[in-house]
Amino acid sequence: MSASVSTSTGDVGSTGTRPGMGPAARSRKGFALDLATVARRSLRGALREPEAVIPALVIPVFFFLVNVGALEKVAEAGGGLDYRAFQLPVAVIFAVTGVSRANALVADIATGYFERLLLTPVNRLALLLGLMVADFALVVALCLPVLVLGAVAGVTFVTGLPGLLAFVLLAGAWGVAFTGLPYTIALRTGNPAAVAASFVLFFPFAFLTTAFVPAEALSGWLAQVARFNPVTYVLAALRALVSDGWNAPVLAQGVVATAMVATLSIGLALLALQRRVRTP
Amino acid sequence: MNVHASQQLVNDPAIDVSGLVRRYGDIVAVRGIDLAVARGEIHGFLGPNGAGKTTVVRILCTLLRPTEGEVRVAGFDVVRDAGRVRLRIGAALQEAALDPVQTGRELLELQARLFALPRAIARRRVGELAELVDLGDALDRRVKTYSGGMRRRLDLALALIHEPAILFLDEPTTGLDPASRRQVWNEVRRLNEERGVTIFLTTQYLEEADQLAHRLSVIAGGEIVAAGSPEELKRGIGRDVVVARVEGRVEAAQRAVAGLRDVGRVERSGSELTLAVTDGPAAVVGVATALAALDGLTVREISVRRPSLDDVFLHVTGERIRSDAEGTAGDDAGTENEGIAA
Repeated sequence: MSASVSTSTGDVGSTGTRPGMGPAARSRKGFALDLATVARRSLRGALREPEAVIPALVIPVFFFLVNVGALEKVAEAGGGLDYRAFQLPVAVIFAVTGVSRANALVADIATGYFERLLLTPVNRLALLLGLMVADFALVVALCLPVLVLGAVAGVTFVTGLPGLLAFVLLAGAWGVAFTGLPYTIALRTGNPAAVAASFVLFFPFAFLTTAFVPAEALSGWLAQVARFNPVTYVLAALRALVSDGWNAPVLAQGVVATAMVATLSIGLALLALQRRVRTP
Repeated sequence: MNVHASQQLVNDPAIDVSGLVRRYGDIVAVRGIDLAVARGEIHGFLGPNGAGKTTVVRILCTLLRPTEGEVRVAGFDVVRDAGRVRLRIGAALQEAALDPVQTGRELLELQARLFALPRAIARRRVGELAELVDLGDALDRRVKTYSGGMRRRLDLALALIHEPAILFLDEPTTGLDPASRRQVWNEVRRLNEERGVTIFLTTQYLEEADQLAHRLSVIAGGEIVAAGSPEELKRGIGRDVVVARVEGRVEAAQRAVAGLRDVGRVERSGSELTLAVTDGPAAVVGVATALAALDGLTVREISVRRPSLDDVFLHVTGERIRSDAEGTAGDDAGTENEGIAA
């Protein structure tokens, strides 16, 4: 971060040359600086608590190997399906869904450190969005080992490097969209146990969808539920980028599904933030 | 801001509270208090648990709104001008309000950045504060490796990063060993004397208040029940105090000594009677005689001492403040006693 900070801007009343007041008060720079500051601390914390991130690395690899090992022959029996390419987006979704710094946020709330931050002139919005910036960096980083695994397994992108980039961006966006839910729980409850329990949200999203077989092979209630699960559309878009090409309608559906979840979950998180930072 | 307005700010008290009421639903935590703290003062805010201490401090720090009343800190209203108040105050409010996975230096730098201190100033401040709170090499270690005393000192440094004019310390030495406690006291004094920082300090330790505070307010049941310098408050009790520890008919003993000449107020706390007297050595003979004359009463100890803040506390709140840890805090308080074996 190369931003240089000047004190000359902003609220004249808050500059600190007043006698008896100490050179205390300096105007604050801007939202971008606050965002970067919050994000940097958050990433540093994540790297120092790898135990919080390791499951997100292990689970996708595990499922990829197991699913491919168990189902590849059956799934490919009908012909026309590259099951490894089909499973790669699933592994990525498993890697990025539910990864957030909500556990760190709720710890800040529980220890009172969050309150200390509220006593600074930090932009309140940056306290949440800075964490999401860190989450984006984190989930993008989590995509990489999965992509390497895919490459080793022989999966190639028909859309080439631009497709790969779009793939990572969409997966990262989905990951961040989902973080609104644990952040909402963290900000609403201030309870670390509740945030830990929010992990269960992962299961319906990740499994009640086309995680194992294509949509046309689903039947009964699962087919119905999968139709309403946004992950179904994100997976379809990611799969298109791997094996299909730039299929605009499918990609658009994936983006819209992600945007809808983001609007809802981040909207809820912002409301919870507003409540949390309001002086009671 | 014009000259007249800044002049007015200088003359304003650091903290000015009038008619402060805070309710939580039907519960009234603070019942209309008035409080003024001058610039440059160390103000001790004493009270038993649940007296409303923390509520008041949180209102002064803009973390809680007053239900009624006017609260100005550093010349600004804590509700209308909360942002300006925050720029001028520092607060160390809770025992471990730190991030354990970051280093002390990282937390200080983070705090500096959130206050938008220019890089050069931030670096200078971090250096100064590291020296002030004496963290040495530990500054580059993660906070989770710190002892309780080190955490508390880092907490203090964080509260000071932006050179606040007013510092709020909520029980800054609770849970610390006597050596760390003294270190914190020295830092508080130095900040006040060298930097002119106004300090508002809540504590349950009477010795701490006695040692540090220029003036004290005692809060009980949401009201200020006594205020003044430690000396004034102690003088209000009487010149000397006679303490009698008895067993048996304590109430009869209380009546008996209350009737004696030269004995002022008599407070009772369990089996201990505390008598305010004008001349301790002269009064103690009469007290001993009166107690000895009572049937069914055993006198365990009679002693004469100067009034302490604990006596003040007992007088204004009807209870002793002594908490579990007070034994270590007041480790040299007992030396004033002139015990007379009974």
